Amino acid sequence: MAGAKPSGGETVLEVRDLRLELSAKDGARLPVLEDVSLKVGRGEIVGIVGESGCGKSVLSLSVLGLLPSSIRVAGGGIYNGERKELHRLGEKSLQRIRGKEIAMIFQDPMTSLNPGMTVGKQVAEAIRLHTGASKREAEEKTVGLFRKVGLPRPESLYREYPHRLSGGMRQRVMIAMAVSCQPDLLIADEPTTALDVTIQAQILKLMKKLREEDGTSILLISHDLGLISGVCDRIAVMYAGRIVEEGAAAEVLRQPAHPYTAGLLASLALPSKKGTRLHSIPGSVPALRERGPGCAFASRCPYAADRCLAEKPALRGVAGSAFPRSAACHLLGEEGGLANVGS
Amino acid sequence: MRRRIHMTVGLLLVSMLFVLMLVSLFYTPYEPNAMRIADRLSGPSASHWLGTDNFGRDLLSRSMVGTQTAFLVGAASVAIGAAGGLLVGSLAGYAGKWADELLMRATDALLAFPGILLALLLVSVFRPSLLQTILAIGILFVPSFARVVRSGVLQQREADYVRAVRGFGAGHVNVLFVQILPNIASSIITTAALSFSTAILIEAALSYLGLGVQPPDPSWGRMLNESQTYLSAAPWFTLAPGVLITISVLGFNLLSDGIRDARDVRA
Repeated sequence: MAGAKPSGGETVLEVRDLRLELSAKDGARLPVLEDVSLKVGRGEIVGIVGESGCGKSVLSLSVLGLLPSSIRVAGGGIYNGERKELHRLGEKSLQRIRGKEIAMIFQDPMTSLNPGMTVGKQVAEAIRLHTGASKREAEEKTVGLFRKVGLPRPESLYREYPHRLSGGMRQRVMIAMAVSCQPDLLIADEPTTALDVTIQAQILKLMKKLREEDGTSILLISHDLGLISGVCDRIAVMYAGRIVEEGAAAEVLRQPAHPYTAGLLASLALPSKKGTRLHSIPGSVPALRERGPGCAFASRCPYAADRCLAEKPALRGVAGSAFPRSAACHLLGEEGGLANVGS
Repeated sequence: MRRRIHMTVGLLLVSMLFVLMLVSLFYTPYEPNAMRIADRLSGPSASHWLGTDNFGRDLLSRSMVGTQTAFLVGAASVAIGAAGGLLVGSLAGYAGKWADELLMRATDALLAFPGILLALLLVSVFRPSLLQTILAIGILFVPSFARVVRSGVLQQREADYVRAVRGFGAGHVNVLFVQILPNIASSIITTAALSFSTAILIEAALSYLGLGVQPPDPSWGRMLNESQTYLSAAPWFTLAPGVLITISVLGFNLLSDGIRDARDVRA
């Protein structure tokens, strides 16, 4: 597990009490994200873990204002390092930030690259979008970036079309594009889900290198706990549109405070569990319309009490941790509550 | 194999005509408008390879210069149609909603006119000339280009790479013209090749009716008209422009088929 401490220092992104609502076809306003708060410091790698549908992708899209028109910010705010209100910015201002201060890479490198342009030209175009660089300067910079992200034969690769590259190489091209203007924050939404495990490790190594060399902060979004544990300083666990647990990666993963996190960890298929029955969390994530007044996880939680069905738990500090840590569970009431959930 | 034949033959025919046109810019056996009444309506011979018309003008020279008109009208009208269609189609496809509705209804209205009638209308309102012909045919082509561009843009707009590049700060104009356009280029080119042959046909029809290129400048359509009276006396007169029109239309149609097939194979 990554052992770096959460860095003190400046914040690169702050999400505060964010609430996103979806306008459904029948006019209903359904909450997609509720009370989501998150901070990413300079040089920090923060991971967001959660199942499909928990809202992690929507969260990342909302930072850059890339939400579909059906989803609106209904409360709270998103702020960059300079305390600018990102959720209020118009399209033109957002365009200046996208790729320059905050960059994003998406899940499938196969489709995220323009099939009609050479990979070199695409990256060069991205560079010229934000700087006044000439074609020649952008080309040189691109070749340098390709080398930096570990792509072989950068000069000849420049002229290749995406379909000639392997998945891992394409994702490296995306990363090159993303860091071309040295953003403060890189948001990576499931960057390795479409890739082989071996390539996964290489991409992770590349991300760590970017953090070491350029101080780039990374917001890593994934459903894969193994991936997250390999590289993140801090983790936020999301469930049904809320953050249910948050803290230093090492602590959260060693001793989860929330039953959902514990369930996720128990469900990991580890070599040590060979021969035993795989654990799984019974039930499934409640649909957007079915979220009742209580904790969204209550229906699947082995420790659920009456209170859990009636009242939504707020994020509360977890006692006894070396670094700031919180979880949203009624079990935490008295004294940390860690002893109540197993690992 | 069959696909290759379309492209090859089409390319061959079109190149032949193109070369003919280039040559005619610098050299024709005779002055195309020079009349030699003594030699009128003579058949193909060593001095006049394709014979002469009713004014004794050399048919080969006139046909060669006619190639210039054909290519000029074809290229210019396709350019106008493509430019207009690009503007209309990309706006409709990208902006969507009411812009789409408005623009597409307008192009539907234009499409409702039979092509030749529309060209006739536009040309006869002003004094007929080459420019009028080109404009009229160009306007005629805008709807078909607009449709092709619109469907291409609609499709690409939702693609992942568009979302990714917007995430890097690309503005809408950049997305439309730098990112999306190269991906719909091949369908535009196919439409262009097809329109080229239509342009040649319509120009010939207009000139035949006396509304296109004005005498004494040679145009295949006008030559066809002039040759009508002498069909029995001098059948070779009709042959020259007729065969050339056929070859050009066939050539461009095959070429457009070939391009479309090549694109499908790659995609």
